[in-house]
Amino acid sequence: MSDSDTPLLTTPLDSLHRQLGGKMVPFAGYAMPVQYPAGVMAEHLHTRGDASLFDVSHMGQVEITGPDCARWLETLVPGDIQGLGLGKTRYTVFTNDQGGILDDLMVSKMADDRLFLVINAACKHADFTHMKAAIGDKVALRMIEDRALVALQGPKAAEAMARLAPDSAAMTFMTIREIVIAGIACLATRSGYTGEDGWEISVPAARAEELVRALLALPGVAPAGLGARDSLRLEAGLCLYGSDIDAATTPVEANLSWILGKRRRAEGGFPGAAIIQQQLAEGPARLRVGIQPLGRAPARAHTEITDEAGNRLGEICSGGFGPSADRPVAMGYVPRAFAVIGAKIKLVVRGKALDAEVVALPFVPHRYIKA
Amino acid sequence: MGDKRFTKDHEWISVEGDMGTVGISDYAQHALGDVVFVEVPDAGRAIAKGAEAAVVESVKAASEVYSPVSGTVVKGNQAIVDQPGLVNEAAEAGAWFFTVKLSDPSELTDLMDRAAYDAYLKTLE
Repeated sequence: MSDSDTPLLTTPLDSLHRQLGGKMVPFAGYAMPVQYPAGVMAEHLHTRGDASLFDVSHMGQVEITGPDCARWLETLVPGDIQGLGLGKTRYTVFTNDQGGILDDLMVSKMADDRLFLVINAACKHADFTHMKAAIGDKVALRMIEDRALVALQGPKAAEAMARLAPDSAAMTFMTIREIVIAGIACLATRSGYTGEDGWEISVPAARAEELVRALLALPGVAPAGLGARDSLRLEAGLCLYGSDIDAATTPVEANLSWILGKRRRAEGGFPGAAIIQQQLAEGPARLRVGIQPLGRAPARAHTEITDEAGNRLGEICSGGFGPSADRPVAMGYVPRAFAVIGAKIKLVVRGKALDAEVVALPFVPHRYIKA
Repeated sequence: MGDKRFTKDHEWISVEGDMGTVGISDYAQHALGDVVFVEVPDAGRAIAKGAEAAVVESVKAASEVYSPVSGTVVKGNQAIVDQPGLVNEAAEAGAWFFTVKLSDPSELTDLMDRAAYDAYLKTLE
């Protein structure tokens, strides 16, 4: 059955999106707003200047419970989960036996015997099946189907949250807390996918619209769609699963070596550990880098990257126009010798080799509120 | 300029004598969203009806602009190259993409007039 024959799933905020004039498109099997009437550019800039509310309810929320749940999850991910403090959140990946990335995810420690995971929409069923098969007899796994997930992102997010949840001010970047927002019991992490300060909020589906309406009623808060979410995360240098990372790409190649816990690098004990350890020791053949096209033409995903003599180096994995950078921005994979700030490369756009260079990520500085 | 005629790909052309001016429709600019980059053809380039003649890009995506007629490019509009946002402001006026000397004016009969284009847009809703 093709995608068009499958009825799209909807999030608990579907009718609100339509009331707000959201342009609904299919995404990972869900009808999601790609933009509202303000448009991608305005929504992007509003997020960096004020605060935006995103519906990310299509993403998977999973609870893992049981004694030693952190130890068991570590058999599937290279992150230090046993070392994660209570109330702390960490970014990690599921790896396969080749060290490739099956999905990227956020793990939060709710209690010694309880973890909360947020996984990608397009991967969530495969992830759950993978976890069930590997550790399902050691821990209890539950896909949380009765909760929505929304993200409030931007420099004015803190002020907005403080009005509805005074406790939120005590949270710092990458922490999680059960918190009452506008009278609704939620689970919130101070994190996001835009490079800005903000929260991702898990809320009972039945009260999601009430929460979102309360947030949107605050000064400076406006809805934003998946279009702005994508350009924001690209400027922030953050990976999109399926574009920048996939089953054939290791965390070392993806320049995500920082997610590999010190103890885990030494001990291994996750799928593909030997390959990842070898790449850490010897350096990977290729690396994900920031790429700055020097002209005005955006270079989109799959644009060929060459050296100055025209020899193929690799491909752009994400590229477009950065509204805050006010110029085209991209990320791509190049051989290690070219993964140097200032390296001169060419991007083949519509048959023309355009000048570009390797630059540091992110394109727009992160503005997280750290402890 | 003469009355505009439209393609199903949302280009327009207005013709006086054997000279045509080509742009994209207001519907097209609205569907694209904020235009951030434009590439127009060089003067002297021979183009065939239906062939890619220009490029227009929004934050999200790149789209081709196809020539509604065959001929030779007389001039690209540098103003929209310098200020791509003009395409959103004046798609069917000052933000034309290029002018073309028609090699076969009979090709115009294949295009839609305003009323036919408006009716076509209704079928897309």
